[in-house]
Amino acid sequence: MRIEEHPILDFKRGREIYFYYNGKKIRAYEGETIAAALHATGVKVLSKSLKLERQRGFFCGIGKCSSCLMKVDGVPNVRTCITLVKDGMVVEDNDMELPEKEYPRCKFEKMECDIAIVGGGPAGLSAAIEASQYADVLIIDENHQLGGQLIKQTHKFFGSKKQRAGTRGIEIAKILEEEARKNCRVLLNTSVIGYYDRGYHFLAAVNRVDGIIYEIKAKKIIFATGAQENMLVFEGNDLPGVYGAGGVQTLMNVYGVKPGEKGIIIGAGNVGLILAYQLLQAGMEVACIVEALPKIGGYFVHAAKVRRCGIPIYTSHSIKEAYGNGSVEGAIIAKLDENWKFIEGSEKDIKCDFICLAVGLTPAIRLIAQTGATISFINEAGGWIALHNEYMETTKEGIYVAGDLANIEEASTAMIEGRIAGLHAVHTIKQIPNFEEKIREYMEELEIFRQG
Amino acid sequence: MKRWEREGVAELEDLNLPDEEHLKKGVAIIECIQEIPCNPCVDACPTKAISMENINALPEIDYDKCVGCGKCVEVCPGLAVFLVKVVDDFALITLPYEFLPLPEEGSIVKALNREGKEICDAAVKKVKKGKTTIVTIELPKEYAMEARNIKV
Ligand code: SF4
Ligand code: SF4
Ligand code: FES
Repeated sequence: MRIEEHPILDFKRGREIYFYYNGKKIRAYEGETIAAALHATGVKVLSKSLKLERQRGFFCGIGKCSSCLMKVDGVPNVRTCITLVKDGMVVEDNDMELPEKEYPRCKFEKMECDIAIVGGGPAGLSAAIEASQYADVLIIDENHQLGGQLIKQTHKFFGSKKQRAGTRGIEIAKILEEEARKNCRVLLNTSVIGYYDRGYHFLAAVNRVDGIIYEIKAKKIIFATGAQENMLVFEGNDLPGVYGAGGVQTLMNVYGVKPGEKGIIIGAGNVGLILAYQLLQAGMEVACIVEALPKIGGYFVHAAKVRRCGIPIYTSHSIKEAYGNGSVEGAIIAKLDENWKFIEGSEKDIKCDFICLAVGLTPAIRLIAQTGATISFINEAGGWIALHNEYMETTKEGIYVAGDLANIEEASTAMIEGRIAGLHAVHTIKQIPNFEEKIREYMEELEIFRQG
Repeated sequence: MKRWEREGVAELEDLNLPDEEHLKKGVAIIECIQEIPCNPCVDACPTKAISMENINALPEIDYDKCVGCGKCVEVCPGLAVFLVKVVDDFALITLPYEFLPLPEEGSIVKALNREGKEICDAAVKKVKKGKTTIVTIELPKEYAMEARNIKV
């Protein structure tokens, strides 16, 4: 299930190592996650639901859904999709039981910075690059690498020269990381677990690899924690093999592991269309793309690319059921009438071994909600978000948002929002020459981009 | 609602087509028919044959100015530009290709239309390798406006 050849990507696999899965010795490569290594050997069931013990597979692939929890080296509830596999590691089914062993005392470390940025994706990195020209910046990210979701985007971005049009997302991630690392401190594998108002902004964060707990005092905080993928209600939606679209992208484009051989995609927005094309590039088959709306939501040029490869797009259709014994073996799709009801007799049985849900994202607000910033339901923005002004500052002074957390949009707009947040956050601490001019320029850029 | 909005397939009437003289010279066919914030094709063109009112507008091509250099085919992030040149009874089509295996120069591949259906055999004339490989194929000229992909 590993991808050996790819037209765009070179998979530089690390050293060969071995770990144990329920007592079985399994080969893996250094630098890949436990979930990716298990998938590569065909293990799709990672956990079980608590009450009914239904089997669960990997869904989001980025640490946001908890369907991949396993027991790792005796510690339960480890998110295996963002935890790197190590030589000799012992991975077992999750059982919630804490082991009766001595836990080492936590090490605490205090840190201070002007601007703390939570999340090192396109928005966070852009904010960091901007702010670090004038202030001391700390970036905190729970993944083992920076770049957020850009690291799996193999397609070239739209936009103008200034926004690096024509450059692939993976390359943009590298450029941003390099620039951000010049002047910023970076904490990787580090999850922010709490925000506290102590008269100043305070974050508690824990490094999941070495167990250090950081106590971070910051003058301003920019949250760029991104979004999580939406689930869709249908029979069998929890079968292993039903994935979030982004989870599949992570698996195949970051770790070079195939989710299966033949898939279908639910949702013909840009994510669904791009994913279909990427699956073909990685050597898999796509049976069809299914879209509930009467028309394709994503860009025509993306749709045209997959159509001329022979992938049908069924608009006014949705998925009724996923079936299979232990994992996906097929899906029943059917046509929808004007009232979004399935039309009886229109069912099609599609054989496939995986299903990708590309039905939108929800801003990941759990952390920002702790700050006391006003959270409101704005449908157009993708659901519950932290209200913010044009400078990306929330109703809580000194707390900013940027990127998908603020509003579900493209990476290109996330990068501009990050710049605006970074610039404004610094400006409230110290004078920046030509601040007005700079911020106006970014705002105009954002405006133009959003008209498209 | 247009067919392309529903199915993702453009029809000839959705496109600005060149005349015979232009086709003999060889020109770029831009199949970018929906307003999106994008303009690298405008920047790439050495003869300023492509223009756009603003970044969200549709690209407009002046076939008189286009010299068929193919720069726009290479840069277009939407893989929406194709070069078409008609020589006698044949058409040379230059298209972007991002799959493996790459076609070999001199080999025969299947030409596919905008729905991915096989329409005829095509001879591979040129392969310019890159992450987006640029492939030139030759096929009977009646397929000049149909063939938009290949199957190796
Ligand atoms: S083929 Fe060359 S001259 Fe013609 S539009 Fe494209 S870039 Fe311009
Ligand atoms: S570069 Fe391609 S996608 Fe962008 S505007 Fe030009 S033709 Fe359209
Ligand atoms: S948290 Fe690991 S798959 Fe979602």
